Amino acid sequence: MPTNRIQFLFESLRASRRAAFIAYVTAGDPSPARTPSIVAALERGGVDLLELGVPFSDPVADGPVIQAGSDRALKAGTTLVKVLDIAREIREASQIPLLLFTYLNPALRYGFEKLARDAKAAGIDGVLLTDLSVEEAAPYVKPIREAGLDTVFLAAPTSTPARLKLIAQYSSGFIYVVSRAGVTGERDDLSASLQPLLEATRKFTNLPLAAGFGISTPEQAAAVAMMADGVVVGSAFVRLISQDADDARIEAFAREMRHAIDGATAAQGKTA
Amino acid sequence: MIASQPDSTGHFGPYGGRFVPEALMAPLEELEQAYKIAASDPAFQAELNDLLSNYAGRPTPLYFAKRLSEALGGARLYLKREDLLHTGAHKINNCLGQALLARRMGKKRIIAETGAGQHGVATATVCALFGLECIVYMGEEDMRRQRLNVFRMRLLGTKVVGVAAGSRTLKDAISEAMRDWVTNVHSTYYLLGSALGAHPYPTMVRDFHRCIGLETRAEILKREGHLPHQIFACVGGGSNAIGMFHAFIGDEAVQLIGVEAGGRSGVLGEHAARFSGGAPGVLHGTHSYLLQDDDGQVAPTHSVSAGLDYASVGPEHAWLHDRRRAEYTKVSDSEALAAALTLARTEGIIPALESAHAVAEALKRASAAPGQLFIVNISGRGDKDTDIYREHLPELDQPDANQPNPIPV
Repeated sequence: MPTNRIQFLFESLRASRRAAFIAYVTAGDPSPARTPSIVAALERGGVDLLELGVPFSDPVADGPVIQAGSDRALKAGTTLVKVLDIAREIREASQIPLLLFTYLNPALRYGFEKLARDAKAAGIDGVLLTDLSVEEAAPYVKPIREAGLDTVFLAAPTSTPARLKLIAQYSSGFIYVVSRAGVTGERDDLSASLQPLLEATRKFTNLPLAAGFGISTPEQAAAVAMMADGVVVGSAFVRLISQDADDARIEAFAREMRHAIDGATAAQGKTA
Repeated sequence: MIASQPDSTGHFGPYGGRFVPEALMAPLEELEQAYKIAASDPAFQAELNDLLSNYAGRPTPLYFAKRLSEALGGARLYLKREDLLHTGAHKINNCLGQALLARRMGKKRIIAETGAGQHGVATATVCALFGLECIVYMGEEDMRRQRLNVFRMRLLGTKVVGVAAGSRTLKDAISEAMRDWVTNVHSTYYLLGSALGAHPYPTMVRDFHRCIGLETRAEILKREGHLPHQIFACVGGGSNAIGMFHAFIGDEAVQLIGVEAGGRSGVLGEHAARFSGGAPGVLHGTHSYLLQDDDGQVAPTHSVSAGLDYASVGPEHAWLHDRRRAEYTKVSDSEALAAALTLARTEGIIPALESAHAVAEALKRASAAPGQLFIVNISGRGDKDTDIYREHLPELDQPDANQPNPIPV
């Protein structure tokens, strides 16, 4: 029996043989007031799960597009407290699963146990800590799980089998499989390392595997949807936001991606 | 026993560890393993020692600063002359060690960050020596204030990449180097320049600089017959300081004093004094004291010295601080500049602005410590800072400038 929205989502998608469409946006980019309507547009466009990024001054895992989004959000006065306010506002209008996506330091400063409780109360369903390795994870995973939140970890092309096993142990909800070495950002080509990495990860877990990093076109999203249980699109949305795209344009781009993902999984269903 | 730090996963008490995106974890494990094997390989140590003595110029002198001691009228001061090493600072110790390691690991492309440019120059130097491709990331603000070192790196065949993000200083250069590493991890070795970052860097960098303290300890015992009372070193990331301190950690009577950049004032953003103005946090892979705001965003820093201008500090220093085995204090921009002038005019030694911070703290304490023996680590020489000295001492830059008398202490 699924205990929260993330698990419920993947179970219902599994039943209908569809891949999840996951979007990342930085909370507060371009302003805290704007984020809830961007999220509503994404949901109308067919996004299943939202990664809500907490802006950080030194985002070492991110490429230039998300770095710039983080800067805009910080300049607009976005704090972790405000991110939770934004989550609460989204939750008033929507049941979309929300994954809080953050670097460790803002969470440490806020207070980890307090953050877990407050995030749950604000309607957050899970937490991904970008720079928390599984070796250091135990003391952090405990309060998050105790608050009833999922803990999502990253698997990377460089992850050894021993590491993948630990990543599977510490993860709940789903595992975020990084489709290529490097930082976040759009790429023209998909990495050939994705399929082997998905297979290697699958040996250690039954959790859904969502793939991301570099997916920016409907063609890429379709290709990934054939391999993974979910497709994450981040920088492409953040780039749209940086171009002052209105809600209608964001929704239209999301819908295009959604169609590509569903088209791919439907075609796969017929040939299966 | 503190000397046995870190534990097997790179923790110094509650500090240190490995906080990086998953893609960098396996490369760090590979690095740790390669270092462990190299460190216990006599052939590796022999090659490193040969380079340290015949290429870099070790051992460095331990110089008794007679005129300065007399002028101060209190403690007797010795200076450990790391500034006399090839490339002008202690940084070469670590670069030679890590370049040998990179070569053993079969990596042909070296990346590094630099603040003051001393680590960048040392990295560029060893890459030229070993025929390795070299890319150095440097904040644009630091490129402006350390133009000479930018040119030296280019002269040595290194590509210097300016970083325009954030405060455009050392912190942003490290972030950009980490992004390069995560993208090019198979071909690339990240030659980190201070006792910072994720395990095993803080331990490995310390080990490559331990020679500073080991030489100092043996030499002072030979010359004076006893250990010093107080040892001073500046602390940015903390590599010269940990290299100097480490051999003395077990000598409880020896006071170890790390000197941070007090900058312009005690206001957040105007200094780089992590221990008085920061709180534990995670940046660039390690848990240590960190200058940050109430929301956990890393705070901007300032120091006249680019090499001390960083928001975090090596995790072993955080542990020595909490254990009260070392004391950490701060010196302002103007105190450091004044101390540099004093040293130049009493001993004929122009220190790097980083090292001038350590000198300044020793000068403050010397007159109240008659009969004591002080050692100051002169981690680098001041040539690279000539532009900044000129900016702050415009009276010396006039055609008729002529000041025959030493600045009074």
